[in-house]
Amino acid sequence: MTERKTLTFALMDAPYESARTTTALRLIDIATKRGYAVNVFAYEGAVMLPFNRQQPHPNAVHGRNVEEENHLLTKDVVAALMKAAERNGGKLDWVNCGLCVDERGAGEAIEGVRRGSPADFWKLAEASDNTLVIGTR
Amino acid sequence: MKALNIIECAYRATIEEQDDTIVWLTHAMKAAGADLGLVLRGDAVNYAVRAQNAAGLAFGDWRQTQPPRLADDIALLVTKGVAVYVLAEDLVLRGLDAADLVPGLERVTRESLPGIFAAHDQIWHW
Repeated sequence: MTERKTLTFALMDAPYESARTTTALRLIDIATKRGYAVNVFAYEGAVMLPFNRQQPHPNAVHGRNVEEENHLLTKDVVAALMKAAERNGGKLDWVNCGLCVDERGAGEAIEGVRRGSPADFWKLAEASDNTLVIGTR
Repeated sequence: MKALNIIECAYRATIEEQDDTIVWLTHAMKAAGADLGLVLRGDAVNYAVRAQNAAGLAFGDWRQTQPPRLADDIALLVTKGVAVYVLAEDLVLRGLDAADLVPGLERVTRESLPGIFAAHDQIWHW
């Protein structure tokens, strides 16, 4: 039987600014496929990843309407990862840093995202097999 | 006015954006009548490599259907009349030659850059 590990990720980059976030989300995807318990502490710009008011848009440069463009929205990715985690017997606990949310007016997150603090990050890390920090560079 | 975009910071969120933001900006401004050139230098010379393929990204049930197609976007700029320059030295450093790249690019040396800059009114180094 596969061991169900618990992993914590600290993310810091805002969406649409860096490839590091895509890589982090891919790592989380693998962990959820394995049924791991995954925690995410979203810090600074990363609290915008599950922001619920993200909207898809058409792209005239690509010559595609909004449906055809099917623009990647990170809130949809986070939701898909939460669903996949649950389906595979794990969980994705996404904690947005509350003060980071406040300074950005990013309170409208998708369902399942909770507000927390660095103390939550510490608790999540303590209870994990390992923690991966992906900071802003 | 003639402006020159220089892209050096490559693959910055191109998966999420489904394109490169400065290549996109160049397309959009060209469509609005701007007279633009584009320099690819550093890691950005790889944008012109035909064989790259970013397809297949998936998260849970979510599938990306429109991955970035950077080489196509560069080739399209050329067809729209944008002069696209690639730094020869940066290609050599990465083991790339003309056969690897989309057609229509102008391969230039570092030495020739001041002359290219002088032919533009503004230089925008992103």
